[in-house]
Amino acid sequence: MPVAKALPPAYTLRAGLANLAAMATILLKVSQLTKSYGARRAVDAVSFLVQAGQTVGLIGPNGAGKSSTVSMICGLLRPDAGSVELDGVVVTRGRSDAKRKIGFVPQDLALYDDLSARENLKLFAALYGIRGAELTRRCDQVLELVNLADRAGDKPATFSGGMKRRLNIAAALMHDPQLLILDEPTVGVDPQSRNAIFDTLEQLKQMGRSLIYTSHYMEEVERLADHIVIIDHGKVLADESPAALYRRLPAQAALRVELGQAAPAALTDGIRALPGVNSLRSEAATLEIQLASGDDALPVMLYLERQGCRPLHFATVQTKLEDIFLNLTGRSLRD
Amino acid sequence: MTAFIALVRKDLILFLADRRALLMSLVLPIVIGTFFGYLFGGFGAARTSRIDVALVQLDSSEISSKITACLNADPALRVSEMALGQATQEVRKGKQKAAIVIPSGFGTAAGAALFGPGKKPEIGLLYDPSQQAVLAMVKGTLAQHVMQVVSTEMFGGKTGKQFTDNSLAGLGLLGASDPDSVALRQLLASVQKFQARPQAADRPGKKPLGGLSMPFSTRDEPISSGTGRAGYNSYAHSFAGMGVQFILLLGVDIGIGVLLARRSGIWNRLLAAPVSLNTLLLARAASASLIALGLMCAIFLFAALVFGVRIANPLGFAGVALCFSLLTASFGLLIAAFGKTPEAARGIAVFAALILVMLGGAWVPSFLFPPWVQSLTVAVPTRWAIDGFDAVTWRGLGMDAALISMGVQLAFAVLFGVLALWKFGRDQQ
Repeated sequence: MPVAKALPPAYTLRAGLANLAAMATILLKVSQLTKSYGARRAVDAVSFLVQAGQTVGLIGPNGAGKSSTVSMICGLLRPDAGSVELDGVVVTRGRSDAKRKIGFVPQDLALYDDLSARENLKLFAALYGIRGAELTRRCDQVLELVNLADRAGDKPATFSGGMKRRLNIAAALMHDPQLLILDEPTVGVDPQSRNAIFDTLEQLKQMGRSLIYTSHYMEEVERLADHIVIIDHGKVLADESPAALYRRLPAQAALRVELGQAAPAALTDGIRALPGVNSLRSEAATLEIQLASGDDALPVMLYLERQGCRPLHFATVQTKLEDIFLNLTGRSLRD
Repeated sequence: MTAFIALVRKDLILFLADRRALLMSLVLPIVIGTFFGYLFGGFGAARTSRIDVALVQLDSSEISSKITACLNADPALRVSEMALGQATQEVRKGKQKAAIVIPSGFGTAAGAALFGPGKKPEIGLLYDPSQQAVLAMVKGTLAQHVMQVVSTEMFGGKTGKQFTDNSLAGLGLLGASDPDSVALRQLLASVQKFQARPQAADRPGKKPLGGLSMPFSTRDEPISSGTGRAGYNSYAHSFAGMGVQFILLLGVDIGIGVLLARRSGIWNRLLAAPVSLNTLLLARAASASLIALGLMCAIFLFAALVFGVRIANPLGFAGVALCFSLLTASFGLLIAAFGKTPEAARGIAVFAALILVMLGGAWVPSFLFPPWVQSLTVAVPTRWAIDGFDAVTWRGLGMDAALISMGVQLAFAVLFGVLALWKFGRDQQ
C-alpha cells in the first residue's frame, strides 16, 4: 500500500528529509544492561546504539536474552545494572516520560477480542493521554497504514492471524512513537500475512521511524535491518551492519555432498587440503564443505571422482547471514 | 487520569459484552435467591409450614379420641392416621417427620397415673433422626394436648368419675388410717364433689371447664422494619446471601482475568505505556467495584419490585453495598497477586469464596449456626456483609448497625488490597 494513502504527501517528503538529517543522531543508548534470574544471568552487559531512522535487528535463539533486553528497554523490567536512554532520557518503570516515545509490539497479541479494532486503538492511545479529535485522526491514519480501515468496527476475534498482528502493530503506533520495538511480530503468521506485515514495517522505515526488530529468523532481519545485533546466552556476539557481518564469513559458498556411507578420514583430510576449501564438517554420510567461492566446487567434485567416491546427491549452497550465527556460536539459530 | 478512566471504561465494556459473566452474576443470584427465599418462608405474613405427623391410634377410649381430635385441630401439625407398619415405613422414608403411637389402654392408664402411683403409660414416638428439632416440637405439642385432655376428663368426664368412685371405694375397703391414705381420701372426695357440679351441657351459656392448661398465653410480635411484606421478608436475606455469593465469585473471575492478562502479555503491553502498576491495579479495582455495586443494586431492585423487599435504610444500604463492592475488588486482586497460574488459582479461589459465603450465612442464616460457629464467623468478612444487608433491609436498623458492617468490610478490603499491592510490587522487582 502506498504511503501516500495513509499520510499527507508532504509528510513523507518531510519525513524523508528529516530521516537523512537524523541518521547520525543517537536515539537509543543501551549501556551495559544486566539482568539475572536467580543464579542464571539472562542478560550480561548488553550494549548497543540505535540511531534515529535506523532499523536494528536483534537476533538470537530462544532464551538468548532478547525478550529480557526488550523488556528493560521498554521499562517493564528493572535492570540489575546498566541503563537505557532514549533521546537523552533514562527509561524507568512506571510513568516514565521516555515511555511516550516508545511503541511496543509484544510477541503475544495484546488485543481485547471483545472490543472493536477502533476501540482497541482508542484504549491504547488513551493510555498515552491522546483524546478528542487527535484520537480520531490518529485512529484513521493508523488503520489506513495497516490496511484495516475497512474493518475498523469489527472485533479482532473475527480477524485472521495476520490482521490481528497488524492491529497489534497499529496499537503501538497510535501515540506516534519515535522508536517502535517489535518482539517477534511474525510468530504463527502465514507467509502472505508476513509479507503484509513487512510491507507495513517498510513503510514505517521509509517514514523515518526507528525500529528494533527481534527475531530468530535471520531472513526477516536481513530484509529489514540496517544494523544487526546478535545475542546469545545474554551476551552481544556481534553488533554490525549486514555487509560487515558478511565480511566476517569464512566462506561465500558451501557444497553439500551426500555419500552412501560415512566418509573415511583419508578422504576428508584430502578434501581439506584442496585449494579454496575453508572448512569441512562431516556428519554421518554427509559432508558440508565451506568454499571461498562457488568456483571452488568443481575441484572438490573431481577429487571425489578420482578417489572412486560416487556421491548420491550434491548441491552448492549460497552462504546466508544465518551462517554467521553458526560461525559465531557453533549452533543454529533454531537449536 | 485519562488512562485511569480509559482502563475502567474498557473493563466495564468487556464485562457487559460477556454474556456468560452477566448471566452468572445477575440471573443466577436472582433465581437461587428466589428459591431460597421461598424455602425460608417468603414474606412476613406467610405461615410456617405444618409438620407432617403420623398417628397410630391403638386405644379406643374417650381420652384417646379427644387427644386425636386435639392433634388434628393443632395448626402446627398435619396429622395422618395410619397403621403402625405404615407409619414406621413413612417415617423411615422421610414422608412423615414423626409418628405418635397411642397404645391400647392408654386412656385408663393415663387417668390412673395422674393421681395414683400406678405405672405411667408410654406413648411411642417414632421420628426421623434428621429432624431432631421436629421431635422436640412434637413432644411439646403432644404433652400440652394429653395433659389438657386427661385432666379435663379426670375432673369432669365419665372416666374421671368412675376412677374417683373406684378409688374411694378401694380406700374404704382397705380402711387404711395412715396420714397419706387419709389425705388421698380427702382429695378424692373433693374431686368427687367437683365432678358432681352441673356440667356445661346442663348450664346453658357457660363454657366447659377445661381441666389443666398452660398457665399463660403469648402475644407474638415480630420486631423488624415493619409488618407484612415491609417486615420480615426471607427474600431480603436470600437475595443478600446469593448476591454476596455470586458477586464474590465474580471477584474470583476478576482475579483470574488479571492472571490471564499477565500470562498473555497484554498486562505487559499496558505497562509499556506511561502508566504505573498501581494505576493499572487501582483501575481494575475501581471497575470491579463499579460492576459489583451495579449488580448488587440490580439484584435488590428485582427483590424490591417482585418480592416487596423493603430497603429500610437506603443510605445504610448504599454504604454496605459500596463496602462490599470494594471488598470484592480487593479479594479479586488478592487472588491475582498470590495465584501462580489461572488454572490453579481458580480452584483454590472458588473453594475459598464458597467457604466464605457459607460461613457468612449466605446459604443458611448465621443465627441458625451453633454458638461456637457464630463466634468463629465474626472473623469472616462476608458475615458482616450479609448481616449488614439484613440490618438495612428487614431488620430496619439504623446507621450505627450499617456503619459497623461497613467498617469491618472496609478493614478487610484495605487488608486484601495492601497485601495484593505489596505482592504485585514484589513480583515486579
